[in-house]
Amino acid sequence: MNFMGYRRTDGAIGIRNHVLVIPSVVCANQVARGISQLVPESTWVEHQHGCTQLGADAELSTRVLVAHGTHPNVFGVIVVGLGCETLRAQDVAAKIKAKCPYKPVHLVIIQEQGGSIKAIANGASAAREMVVAASCLAREPIDAGELILGTECGGSDTCSGISANPALGIASDLLIDAGGSVVLAETTELVGAEHIMAARAVNEQVAQRCFAVIERCERLAKSMGVDMRGSQPTPGNIEGGLSSIEEKSLGCVYKAGSKPLQDVIDYAVPVTKKGLVWMDTPGQDIEQITGMVAGGCHLVVFTTGRGTCCGSPIAPTIKVATNSAIFDIMNDNMDLNAGTIISGEETVEQVGWRIFNEMLLVASGKLAKAEALGFNDFAINRIGPTI
Amino acid sequence: MKAIDNVATVVDNVEPDTDVVADINGKNVSVRINIKEKIPFGHKFALADIKKGEEIIKYGEVIGIATADIQPGQYVHVHNLDSRRGRGDM
Repeated sequence: MNFMGYRRTDGAIGIRNHVLVIPSVVCANQVARGISQLVPESTWVEHQHGCTQLGADAELSTRVLVAHGTHPNVFGVIVVGLGCETLRAQDVAAKIKAKCPYKPVHLVIIQEQGGSIKAIANGASAAREMVVAASCLAREPIDAGELILGTECGGSDTCSGISANPALGIASDLLIDAGGSVVLAETTELVGAEHIMAARAVNEQVAQRCFAVIERCERLAKSMGVDMRGSQPTPGNIEGGLSSIEEKSLGCVYKAGSKPLQDVIDYAVPVTKKGLVWMDTPGQDIEQITGMVAGGCHLVVFTTGRGTCCGSPIAPTIKVATNSAIFDIMNDNMDLNAGTIISGEETVEQVGWRIFNEMLLVASGKLAKAEALGFNDFAINRIGPTI
Repeated sequence: MKAIDNVATVVDNVEPDTDVVADINGKNVSVRINIKEKIPFGHKFALADIKKGEEIIKYGEVIGIATADIQPGQYVHVHNLDSRRGRGDM
């Protein structure tokens, strides 16, 4: 089973061909935006980090920025720095170039250019050159087994665990059967369901990792000294009928389908194993997408009951509504409707196949609505303070 | 839902004193319950008597503990169900 994608020089496959503008520090955000505004075919990210971060926290932010540059959905990169930041733009650019020597990488340092206007002009000129070069590349048939899918649920309601998540689980199984990889994440939303994942682990070590990441997550929540409810589940989840994190998690876990759990990996670590992998991310939707994409996910299927519009700047984010009401109300942002399961019009299996087929269409170039609307949500999980 | 569940989810807004049928796990075993209170779409009601302190079961798994006695057909949510995880307040 094939889709049409881009084969990069190092053998990696991409399903998009983006020119990405990355600020290495919060102070370069506005210039990054200015560059992308002058070259509409490019895309950009903004974030709150890049300076006065310490140790592992600085390393993690760097890794996520670099990973978005080296991602196979990205044709070329413009890295923008201010000139004095901790996460130096020249280091980020060098790391991207070292991993992907074939990729055009252009560096803009605002202080060296002489301010924002000149920096934007310099970056836009390079971006323009890159988007023209990118437009000359052609797609070719690629086996679906080379895809890495990120799974996510956000704005969940009680339909999530009954309709869209089980259907996504079917699609996950289909991709794994085809030889691909599927990432399950949002560790908080597996609290109460970790024993289910541990029972599916391929070995004892992976099973122990399931309990370890949940224990760490719960310890973090308890350290705030409050009842987790109101944050997890969120007020919207509670209004939607979810009464506890256990209930939410038991619905969330259906996204993972039925295949064995191959590995439990940390936030933004590259996904290397075939099959189902659990990435330890927070439940916050954007931090989760960012971590999964940094780990190599080509696309994300995102189920939602309350409705959410977000999308990764470089990985198509396909929205599956859990109920028909939200599919109709927020149709501008919903790609697929799993609410037909609730009404009895379709089975979980039928919707699962629909999701899988949509994944192949989107991988081949069909735009997800979040892409068509230009959503470029980006957030890096912080594990340390700004000093 | 699973056979050992003691709550079920409504797939429509339900008014008090309505009879509903809960379809257990696609088998031809259904339970008829009279709903006692107004229950919004997607929210839960009890299928059986649940005593205060007893586990509340959905998907065949524990989703929380009853904080009051609950009768069949009564609304089950954060007012009478307590989570046991992530409780920094305990």
